[in-house]
Amino acid sequence: MRRTFDAELVLRLQTALPASIDDTLALLGRASYVGDRALATVIFLSLRLGRPLFLEGEAGVGKTEVAKVLAQTLDRRLIRLQCYEGLDIASAVYEWNYPAQMTAIRLAEAAGEHDKDRIEHDIFSERYLIKRPLLQALETGVNGAPVLLIDEIDRADEAFEAYLLEILSDFQVTIPEIGVLKAPERPIVVITSNRTREIHDALKRRCLYHWLGYPDLEREMAIVRAKAPRAPERLTAELVAFVQRLRMQDLFKSPGVAETLDWAAALAELDAVALDPAQVSDTLGVLLKYQDDIAKIDGAKAQALIEETSAELRRLEIG
Amino acid sequence: MTTSIFEAGPRGGLLAQNIVHFARALREAGLPLGPGAVLDALAAVEAAGIGDREDFYTTLHAVFVKKHEESLLFDQAFRIFWKRKGLIEKLIAMLTPKAPGQRSLKPAEAGASRVADALFKSAQESAKAPPTIELDARLTMSGAEILRSKDFAQMSAEEIDQARKAIRRLVMPEDRRRTRRFAPGGRGVRVDARRSFRRSLQPGGVIDLEFRSPTERAPPVVALCDISGSMNEYTRLFLHFLHVLGETRRVSAFLFGTRLTNVTRAMRARDPDEALAQCSALAVDWSGGTRIGEALARFNRDWARRALGQGAITLLITDGLERDNLDRLEAEMDRLAKSSRRVVWVNPLLRFGDFEAKAGGIRAMLPYVDSFRPIHNLASMADLCRALTRPEGSFDSRKGRLLAVP
Repeated sequence: MRRTFDAELVLRLQTALPASIDDTLALLGRASYVGDRALATVIFLSLRLGRPLFLEGEAGVGKTEVAKVLAQTLDRRLIRLQCYEGLDIASAVYEWNYPAQMTAIRLAEAAGEHDKDRIEHDIFSERYLIKRPLLQALETGVNGAPVLLIDEIDRADEAFEAYLLEILSDFQVTIPEIGVLKAPERPIVVITSNRTREIHDALKRRCLYHWLGYPDLEREMAIVRAKAPRAPERLTAELVAFVQRLRMQDLFKSPGVAETLDWAAALAELDAVALDPAQVSDTLGVLLKYQDDIAKIDGAKAQALIEETSAELRRLEIG
Repeated sequence: MTTSIFEAGPRGGLLAQNIVHFARALREAGLPLGPGAVLDALAAVEAAGIGDREDFYTTLHAVFVKKHEESLLFDQAFRIFWKRKGLIEKLIAMLTPKAPGQRSLKPAEAGASRVADALFKSAQESAKAPPTIELDARLTMSGAEILRSKDFAQMSAEEIDQARKAIRRLVMPEDRRRTRRFAPGGRGVRVDARRSFRRSLQPGGVIDLEFRSPTERAPPVVALCDISGSMNEYTRLFLHFLHVLGETRRVSAFLFGTRLTNVTRAMRARDPDEALAQCSALAVDWSGGTRIGEALARFNRDWARRALGQGAITLLITDGLERDNLDRLEAEMDRLAKSSRRVVWVNPLLRFGDFEAKAGGIRAMLPYVDSFRPIHNLASMADLCRALTRPEGSFDSRKGRLLAVP
């Protein structure tokens, strides 16, 4: 894994890491990601100190987006490892290309090659190594180390967590047949979790932790304006205020920011200018994904909420 | 070359000292921080610079807080510490659930702690009050058989002690289930390509196939324990059972009375007495009233998605006597049943042979459980272990019989 490269050239090509918290906010803004200052601080520290970023929060608040935004604005490759139960080394780190290796052996024998050591040396080389995400993350591209997104780590089991801990401490992988592969530059690591299971303390201690909560009214409006510009201004204000109120209800699963954006797009598609009770009831399925919740909000309750949001918006305009 | 902010004069050094003190305060308040965290904090503050208060707050928060629940504690500690250091000791005492130096008496109260006996023998001889629930049924011949069928609520302190020892000797349920993770070995279903290939490289040329088979694991258990007045003694011994169960698998334990308390971490303590003492300290509503529906609602909303993952079995220990809002109780039981792999309801009221499901709460809950069992003595506990070992889907005759009677 030894690559010789011109260090200066790399430095010139690399987009510089943000130098301050304000810089980080600007960086996020460049990709239309509306984040708050706390998130920018944690991202800045993560980049500066070289520690993985551990994002936890409800579903649909933009955890995965952070990694994509970082990759986009810092001009790095994004390597995504989607976790699931039973994820093991063969799927996460590397695997040998057995069919190709066997074919190579046959060919070598057919060609009259009898030196066993030589064959073995050829077979177990990088050429026949299938690199999976974690190993890919150890390679440095032209623009610098990639962004490694480990998504939904709570779905993987504890055995995988232990292995991940090992990799995140040294950023090196030992392949018995080849040797130790070490990353010349640490990748930018973002780990997300939906909190369906408690992650082991040892892993969290290594990372910088941040909880991504639901945004407040102003920020969510900014997000909708940035990501769903087709929706008219009045509709944006009303639907965001409605969703904010919805989150205060005792729902089994509150709608996330992703749902708000979907709803804005849906209403814009239906040429809505303002919130209409019938339309809201019809499109509730975009916001709420559990029948119990829909039953709670449907009909009269939706009407009441719309009236409350109108009143609130009038107050805000006056005040 | 900029100088480190910590070296820049006496003010810089003072800041570093304050951060160390703050970390110590947080540690006392309950946040698990190692010395590494302090070093990280200093590095982080140096990297972020001393901007305004909010940035400083977020910087320390990023380093010291590793769980969403700790955030509130950190917030309070931060506001207090960076305003007036003098008050910090008093306020830590108010923040923590267990103030140092006061809990050592509690184990003695809860019924003969071995440590309390050993250390405080002379001093506490007179202060060791007898347990509050006591029918002095000290049997002259207390054989193992009599202990097995003795009702928990009628046990003396000594018998409780013996019961706890007996619980530790119970045979835990053998209900391991296949997982999606594969491990080498077994006459498995999948070919282990890697090992087969390595073997084939050895002289001989014949490719012997190696196999992988799924690993097995005992499903995690989530226990919801009623700690109201009538349930008190039964739940305490059940917690001992849960502690032993916790050695074979992941157990998440919740206590509910007038509020819901998560005692999973407390139960992880190796010493069972200490685990129980920590649980006692955490929950403040022992022997109070109970609102089952509300407790289940809180559990479903806040914890169910986290704790019930990976095929968990729910153990519910409560007498089911709910007074108000049976509709809500039914709705929450419905949701709980839908989120769990299996719901096992253990009820000490079943100690009465002529038990009939007449109470509204019991009738509301019964249709949603998979298994309805007694839990009033050691024999019933052993039966529970055996029942958990049996495969699922077996029809519970007791439940059917009780529901049939109008």
